[in-house]
Amino acid sequence: MIELEQVAYSYGDSELFSDVSLTLQPGSFHFLTGPSGSGKTTFLKLCYGELLPTAGHLRLFGSDVRALTRDGIAEMRRRVGVVHQDCGFLDHLPIADNIALPLSVAGQSPASEQENLAELLNWVGLRARAGALPPELSGGERQRAALARAVIMSPDVILADEPTGNIDWEMSQRLLQLLVELNKMGKTVMIATHDLGLIRAAKAQVSARVLRISDRRLQLAGADL
Amino acid sequence: MSRRLQIGRITGFIIGDAQAERAVPPTGFTARLTVFAAAVMAFLAVFALALSVASSGLAERWSQELAQSATLRISAPIGQMQAQTDAALRVLETTPGVASARVLSDDEQRKLLEPWFGPDIPLESLPIPQLIEIVETEDGLDAEALRTRLVGEAPGAVLDDHSRWRKPLAAAAGRLSLLGWLSIGLIFLVMGAMITLAANAALAANAKVISVMRLVGAKDSYIANAFVRRFTLRALAGAALGTVLGLVAVLLLPSPGDDAAFLSGLGFHGVSWLWLPVIPVVAGLVAFVATRAAARRTLKELR
Ligand SMILES: Nc1ncnc2c1ncn2[C@@H]1O[C@H](COP(=O)(O)OP(=O)(O)OP(=O)(O)O)[C@@H](O)[C@H]1O
Ligand SMILES: [Mg+2]
Repeated sequence: MIELEQVAYSYGDSELFSDVSLTLQPGSFHFLTGPSGSGKTTFLKLCYGELLPTAGHLRLFGSDVRALTRDGIAEMRRRVGVVHQDCGFLDHLPIADNIALPLSVAGQSPASEQENLAELLNWVGLRARAGALPPELSGGERQRAALARAVIMSPDVILADEPTGNIDWEMSQRLLQLLVELNKMGKTVMIATHDLGLIRAAKAQVSARVLRISDRRLQLAGADL
Repeated sequence: MSRRLQIGRITGFIIGDAQAERAVPPTGFTARLTVFAAAVMAFLAVFALALSVASSGLAERWSQELAQSATLRISAPIGQMQAQTDAALRVLETTPGVASARVLSDDEQRKLLEPWFGPDIPLESLPIPQLIEIVETEDGLDAEALRTRLVGEAPGAVLDDHSRWRKPLAAAAGRLSLLGWLSIGLIFLVMGAMITLAANAALAANAKVISVMRLVGAKDSYIANAFVRRFTLRALAGAALGTVLGLVAVLLLPSPGDDAAFLSGLGFHGVSWLWLPVIPVVAGLVAFVATRAAARRTLKELR
């Protein structure tokens, strides 16, 4: 699905990480940890083509990111659902339209997907809030809505950046539940987080690998996690 | 099949994608600016067009009608007048390029002089030149050769082939027409520049929207279309309005009657009407190209 081969990334002169090699197998579950500023968000951005590696090779669904055309990038992104750290909603659109945005930009009429959308809203428990604008939602509601938008295209891969950022323990358990469910449906999941409790809770339910960015390298975290 | 596809694409472009429309919120300011600029520019374009059409018509008429006629003026003592006139007519009869030659009657000559001397001039007793009106054939006559022959046979005859004053006037009218077209070109250039500015403002105001759409898998064409469609329709509507207003203004010009042929010519007649609907169409085209270029530039900055 996603293959990295000796990938490095630097903003200008400051190198975040280098020599990163990793393959995300279909159906796998990964956590990505590391101190704040270590490059977790940057790593995910590489994985959906928002950034290009400064060295090494990155293949998404078999094609080198550097060889993708702009339309090719757009099509690739329909197969990768992303929960952004800041959610990335359009504040002037009701939350239901925000969730359906990937459908409409792909030219699929959301009208014909109404049932799907309603089901999805139910799944994340936002049915009653469908008409609310994003700023009117609570932190947990926003995170669940972001997850709903990430999965509406039935992507093969789900990348979640701090999906439990500023929500309480119970709510983060619910979100983890949803992600685990998706993984059991065969989706590849990668979650960037520094919430160790979340990682422990997940390990009780699925076999997850924990990766850690430290000293500018990507390492497999020890068994203590 | 491909034709159906084309038509489908065009109607799709006009109807638009309701979702894309909602995703990109309209910015009232740039919308009004675009409509206003397009309307004003179209209004000006109507006048530039009227000017071009009138002066090119004039240039054509002057260089054609006048080229087809010339005047022979015979100055001689009253006693020799008839003899010289006859001699000149004989020369003209055998001159190639002369379709017909006609001696102006006393009445006609009196009419020509009336504005200066009043209606009761005793023409017979005055040493006034006799005028002969020459109508040329398609090929025209060789003025120099005719002059040479006249020197021998009717020394009092002077050929006025109108070219002396006709040429600079026709040239001026032609140049005026050219300037009119140039103005139309400049008007559309300025319209393109203003729409580019307005589109850039709209694109900048929607930077967040654009980047979110791109991140959830929108292709460039989808995002660009949301903007291009809006600006094209606004320019089209604004220019249509401006064209109608400009036309009304031209039609309301006070009619100067037959005395001022140039001013009364400042309007549209015949085929020149067909130019009017072209103005909004070109405005739409200009907006389409300008907005598309602006959107492409903005999107290129974004992965
Ligand atoms: N566009 C950018 N230009 C320059 N530097 C950047 C840019 N984006 C991020 N950085 C820097 O790169 C480093 C890694 O950023 P990144 O967002 O990937 O960290 P992170 O691991 O996700 O942190 P956090 O846990 O706080 O979300 C940070 O030091 C950040 O300041
Ligand atoms: Mg981050």
